[in-house]
Amino acid sequence: MTEDKKEMPPETKSRLKAEHEREWRQELRKASPVKERMKAARQKMPERPPDERNRDFREVNIGLDAASAQAEARRCWDCANPQCVAGCPVGIDIPSFVKLIEQGKFLEAAWKLKETNSLPAICGRVCPQETQCEDVCSAKKATGVPVAIGNLERFAADFERTGGSIVIPPLPPPTGHRVAVVGAGPAGLTVAGDLAKLGHRVTIFEALHISGGVLIYGIPEFRLPKAILKAEVDYLTKLGVEIRTSFVVGKTATLDDLRAEGYEAFFIASGAGLPNFMKIPGENLVGVYSANEYLTRVNLMKAYDFPNYDTPVFPARRAAVIGGGNVAMDSVRTAKRLGAERAIIVYRRSLQEMPARIEEVHHAEEEGIEFQFLTTPIRYIGDDKGRIRAMECLRMGLGEPDASGRRKPVPLEGSEFTTEVDMVVVAIGQSPNPLIPQTTPGLKMGKWGNIDVDWKTMATSLEGVYAGGDIIRGGATVILAMGDGRVAAAEIDAYLKSRPCP
Amino acid sequence: MARILDRRRLVPNLHLIEVHAPEVARKCRPGQFVILMADERGERIPLSIADWDAKRGSVTSVFLAVGTTTHKLARLQAGDEIPVYVGPLGRPSEIENFGTVLLAGGCFGIGAIYPLARALKKAGNRVLTVIDVKANYLLYWEEKLRAVSDRVFVAARDFALNSEQYIPAKITEILAAEPKVDRAIAIGCTYLMYTCAMATKPRGIKTIVSLNPIMVDGTGMCGACRCTAAGRTRFACVDGPDFDGHELDWDELFKRRKSYFEDEIRSLCQWERTAFP
Repeated sequence: MTEDKKEMPPETKSRLKAEHEREWRQELRKASPVKERMKAARQKMPERPPDERNRDFREVNIGLDAASAQAEARRCWDCANPQCVAGCPVGIDIPSFVKLIEQGKFLEAAWKLKETNSLPAICGRVCPQETQCEDVCSAKKATGVPVAIGNLERFAADFERTGGSIVIPPLPPPTGHRVAVVGAGPAGLTVAGDLAKLGHRVTIFEALHISGGVLIYGIPEFRLPKAILKAEVDYLTKLGVEIRTSFVVGKTATLDDLRAEGYEAFFIASGAGLPNFMKIPGENLVGVYSANEYLTRVNLMKAYDFPNYDTPVFPARRAAVIGGGNVAMDSVRTAKRLGAERAIIVYRRSLQEMPARIEEVHHAEEEGIEFQFLTTPIRYIGDDKGRIRAMECLRMGLGEPDASGRRKPVPLEGSEFTTEVDMVVVAIGQSPNPLIPQTTPGLKMGKWGNIDVDWKTMATSLEGVYAGGDIIRGGATVILAMGDGRVAAAEIDAYLKSRPCP
Repeated sequence: MARILDRRRLVPNLHLIEVHAPEVARKCRPGQFVILMADERGERIPLSIADWDAKRGSVTSVFLAVGTTTHKLARLQAGDEIPVYVGPLGRPSEIENFGTVLLAGGCFGIGAIYPLARALKKAGNRVLTVIDVKANYLLYWEEKLRAVSDRVFVAARDFALNSEQYIPAKITEILAAEPKVDRAIAIGCTYLMYTCAMATKPRGIKTIVSLNPIMVDGTGMCGACRCTAAGRTRFACVDGPDFDGHELDWDELFKRRKSYFEDEIRSLCQWERTAFP
């Protein structure tokens, strides 16, 4: 379900080169020599103290101030071959926005970001920069420490938003074409924004009652404050995008129904809304959650404020979270914040193989999260009320690398042991949600229940129907979903222009 | 936002709610449900659909005032709005000409079996409807059900109705008198559905029950509503709500239904303090 790593297209290369040669960039480069820039230490992201932040849901990272953002931007020596752009799934012109920050032109930096990324305040927070742009940064190659591109992205976007200076770009005259977007997550929001800016009439259909998809139900407030998401969604509505919440495409109306209503093109971004379980005994005991359910209760339904909000969630004393990804980190840190005395990650491989972002693992450790590596549950044990009280686990060893390149966990015979827990969150991944595939005849599917697309265009097997995000990838990242949205928007625009005006 | 067209008490503690939801009304089929929130701070809860009117653009449910959300709903009036009303969710019930179908409903299920009776009758079935009530003053929609059933039986523990039977005893009695029943469908509380399924089991009559476990999103995303049917974990929201009552792990269902029992009481007490200061 992955595409090949993209080479930068020649037109991008020449555009970057032209920007690199602009006078102000040349002057900036002359102003301080590369050697000096290399010597400067990376600006640390200010964080709230672990013992304070692990009791509430307010954001962990505080954000750089203007002076430290400029100091960090100065660390970038504006190299001639900016690999960071190739490392970014949406190809943001990173050197330009970083150099604008160095100059103190923070608003211009935010606008530069928005030319290619409609949700920079979100990406600046949740993108795995360390494996993308920052991984290939020249500063990393030369000094071992990359420029903090993600922190700078966040800084510029926050500056624009908190300054109340979000500008609605001039919109072209309406084209009269109508587009239906299924799902208001990162992929859907991106497509909607891009197409609205091109003059098309866009409606987003969202099954839940609040827009944002995984950004609202999945990623906790302490990592992505909901106010930021709200600002982004408000921006879309100002661009003329209509959002229909509590509308389940496939149930409230099928794709064919919407076509009959006059929608000409479709973008399906219905997400990975089907939690995976391990199919081990006791998994349906009370107190065993999917990560989706646990996080939805807390984030979307605000169960952390029960009974002021009506939705409850178990206040676990000893919580175990199964898995090693970002969703597992979000779940375990949430359990800690809800008062768990012990909140434990149970992961079948070791720290090196963990797919979670290093920053998240690090934050979790600071907050008092325990890690049980090379361990897998084999059975959950309940009390007479059917509530979980313990879990039986098995120790693992690591064998040869598997298809993912990570060493394969091998169970160690006779290593069973039992741990007392009163809550378990299963965070071992999600599969694509089946509602749309089930109700859309003729839609070609892949073998993991994902929608099959042409990776160059995001087109599905049905005319005028495109798809992106986790519904084609399984569980992936916010930025990849947005990248899909960006590609699909351009293709949908071309498709609509090839049709007569309605 | 969805507008309330009608909210009426049918009998003590059981209410009817009719909501303006033209898109839901256009799509709904017997056996489906909606998810709603009573207010912005509310919980998302599922309600079985008891009727709909595509022309009026309305959908009707019957509910028992039992927890915080349903108590909030019971205080709504025509013209009020609720923030979330989404559907129709779940797979529609199988409707075909089975022959003779026994429908059993109790509590809110008396309302929820109505669209099934209507559709099954229209499909050519002989429809036998059994209504379970604790006492005669709790009986509602009897006439409505008579209009779409061949026979209507009332199982009541009420001497005023000259009856002291709980529904499984009534079902056993009907089955003894009927030469052939091809299918049974039961809707109501988990206990009622369980006892109905047990009553038909000795005769090997396929018995469908409509589960209403705890749900959050209702689109298969969270797995709160999982149950075990024929040894496999299924999600009631997208694989159901209809399941074969003889294949379910009832013990698990009962326990999962009570997941938040204490929290529900706490929530209701909190609501009462604010609603009736």
